[in-house]
Amino acid sequence: MSPPTRWEMFWRTVIGRAYPRIIGAQRERSWLFFETLLPLLQVSAFVFIYRAIQAPPEFTGFVVLGGAMTAYWLNVLWSMAAQFYWEKETGNLELYIIAPTSLMAILLGMAVGGIVFSTVRAAAVITVGLLIFRVDIAIVSVPQLLGVFLLTLVALYGLGMLFSSLFLLYGRQAWHLSELLQEPVYLVSGFYFPVRALGFVAALGASVIPITMGLDAMRQLLFPTMMAQFHFLDVRIELGVLAVLSVAFLWLAKRVLRYVEDLSRREGRLTVRGQ
Amino acid sequence: MTRQRAMESIRSLKVAAWLGWQIESNWTDPFLFVVYSIVKPIAGALILVLMYTVIAQGGLQHPLFPQIFVGNAFYIYVAMVFIGVSQAVVEDREHYAMLKYLYVAPLNIYAYLLGRGGAQTIVATVAVLIMLFFGIIVLGIPMLPATIDWGMLFAAWLFGLTGLAFQGILLGGIALITARHSFLVGEAVAGAFYLLCGAVFPIDVLPRPLQILAQALPITYWLEALRRALLGNGASQLLSSLSSPVLLLALAGSMILLAVLSIGFYRWAENLAREKGLIDMQTMY
Repeated sequence: MSPPTRWEMFWRTVIGRAYPRIIGAQRERSWLFFETLLPLLQVSAFVFIYRAIQAPPEFTGFVVLGGAMTAYWLNVLWSMAAQFYWEKETGNLELYIIAPTSLMAILLGMAVGGIVFSTVRAAAVITVGLLIFRVDIAIVSVPQLLGVFLLTLVALYGLGMLFSSLFLLYGRQAWHLSELLQEPVYLVSGFYFPVRALGFVAALGASVIPITMGLDAMRQLLFPTMMAQFHFLDVRIELGVLAVLSVAFLWLAKRVLRYVEDLSRREGRLTVRGQ
Repeated sequence: MTRQRAMESIRSLKVAAWLGWQIESNWTDPFLFVVYSIVKPIAGALILVLMYTVIAQGGLQHPLFPQIFVGNAFYIYVAMVFIGVSQAVVEDREHYAMLKYLYVAPLNIYAYLLGRGGAQTIVATVAVLIMLFFGIIVLGIPMLPATIDWGMLFAAWLFGLTGLAFQGILLGGIALITARHSFLVGEAVAGAFYLLCGAVFPIDVLPRPLQILAQALPITYWLEALRRALLGNGASQLLSSLSSPVLLLALAGSMILLAVLSIGFYRWAENLAREKGLIDMQTMY
């Protein structure tokens, strides 16, 4: 039997790393309950704020969509960015390093598993949110909506892959970094309000986080009438920016991963725990 | 004997508060810790600011905004003290694997848990104060020292905060006998309270069944009393028929009730945990 080619090895690794995430999620179904309930509670609170100030009903839809997207952001922070740090603490990282495969494949497998895991939660939040709050949506273009959604995920998980190497450098501060990147990112990316409210320059700066433009574009494609006065940029421009971010983050992730690996090997602290 | 027990409780409280403070703050330098402690609540408050700016007629001058801002600021205590006390059980059992040693050490575990919450209270108090100053200076929220009812503010703050700590102990009891969902239970309860107690909107906008639940929560009365003390009036029409002394009385009563309930429930949970060998449980979750 001939040994697997490099590409076969790469894809086997992707599937192998994605597998425990997808199967693990099926084995602990109570997580689905909690991870749907917690964002829904937050979403409901924000919906009632808008109701208290007599906001148009579309704003309920903005909040539900933003609440659903928190599933992906939290997954990127806790299960991508901080993951190599956890792996180091549990002793898996050294196994990853000596395994005859690519670390990028391992990260990609984590991302694929994370996307499946988070999509179930996001779908549950959207379904329950739309049903409870009776949100009317009018999809402008299904292909564009799918394109925006998929590009947002590619760029977002590319950012997660980049973060995983960077967080490894920060040692035990990884936990706090992930904590710190929750509410501030909900703010600057406009999870619960149209991002244009931040002002053009601030919104442009926040666009380095792919969810910012992803959310704005999705809102434009789902609530066109209301977003006519609140949109940030044209959907086609946002699609282009998301495509650029996707390529840039994946390329950067590969470079930084190589740098961190070389640095850690040189300094001999890749597997040092408790830092 | 009683004096010896009291001394043991005070010692447990002090040592636990010091330990809690070290756990909270020693991972970084003081400057970064302060930044970390205030960035999250300020970001949360700014989300509300922008929601109001986008929609509400009059933006931040909307009459509801100061009420919501104050409610959101004081809710930091709920998130930190309430969850902090209960998660001390989970952290000591699962993460540090120390709970079993605490149980064989000569300390009062109940006072120890309250002490761990004490450290969170200090951090939360700094964050709340910064939020309130931010509201007054940057957002122009009308809270003048001359118009604040300081007596009511202090009484409401104390009763509510003590009640929160006892609720944290109740949740700690649940955490003690829960295998794997202790973290999530705390967050779920805090999330439910955030929705029900009217921290960021008047409870009047909730559907009727949720209004009834809201009126059963001490935190609802706590936030209403704090708003009246700081701003001169509350947010809810439903609670407007209650005079301020009645609100304080309700808070004091709920604090005593929660103290009794939490002691009883925690003892029951503790006995169950001992019987089932859960004190040194490691679920690797």
